[in-house]
Amino acid sequence: MDAQELLRLADDEFILGWRDSEWTGIAPFLEEDVAFSSIAQTEIGHARAWYQLAAVELETDADALAFDRDPDEYACAPLVELRLIDDWAASIARRWLYERADGIRIQALLNSVDRDVAGLAEKIDREEVYHRIHADMWAERLRDHDLFSRAVEDLWPYALGVVSPEQRPLLCHAIGLEEVGAIERGNHTPDLRPLWEEMTMVRRSLPGATW
Amino acid sequence: MIWEVFRQEREGAPFQHGGSLEAPDLRFAKAYAREFYGRRGESFALWVVPREAVEEVREPMVAEVFDRDYRRVDGYSLKGKLKEARGRAGTAATR
Repeated sequence: MDAQELLRLADDEFILGWRDSEWTGIAPFLEEDVAFSSIAQTEIGHARAWYQLAAVELETDADALAFDRDPDEYACAPLVELRLIDDWAASIARRWLYERADGIRIQALLNSVDRDVAGLAEKIDREEVYHRIHADMWAERLRDHDLFSRAVEDLWPYALGVVSPEQRPLLCHAIGLEEVGAIERGNHTPDLRPLWEEMTMVRRSLPGATW
Repeated sequence: MIWEVFRQEREGAPFQHGGSLEAPDLRFAKAYAREFYGRRGESFALWVVPREAVEEVREPMVAEVFDRDYRRVDGYSLKGKLKEARGRAGTAATR
């Protein structure tokens, strides 16, 4: 699989994991705080695995890919960049939309001719089962709340941008919404740069250091 | 709503109380139980039980009313008797 394609997967998981980790300590109740933080950490673990595959091809290492690129070089979908920290309904809406989109993508990767990719997709999918249970239980619980349905509507064009155009009808079916113009990868939201500044702060403070 | 979680470490082992958690319904309780007691492969299975379903039994139901010490075996120590017998027979303890 082409390194750029691997980076799209890795960057999505990395940036979303980072965004979700912002809820650590301030989620609506303790049990959820632990669960949400743990999911965030698992996503970063998945990112690490995708980065490692890309790093072989690009002859670098996972840390360099995660932290040493310029914000413009990240290949993530705008959905994962959005800072939603004061909005639990939107954060849950994003988790749910992302898990559905990612599920479709992972399903396709299970059949990849690249055996490393298919093997990793299979491992990741086993952990994603729990992520999907978590996202679905929340989505069902909040389904009738205005805040949640409005958030799903607002994030829908972003969610479509996570998957490829051929996979979008599947996502429409999974979410139960009509296809609209997607907010595509390639252009970053203004939320990415401040996130990048914070995320790479320590790494940039001592370039080339080993930890 | 409070839920009590019991864990089974290995298949066939007895379930033991792991702890409790708060969750709005069974679905959330199961997800959180997995998070707290099953994420690191430390459990083979979990039981998730609403706290209201647990009935507590205390005194006087579980206390002894009459003194029936003689029914218990913990008062009989063989150690002293054995020592005494060995002394009489003139043999030392084997260990």
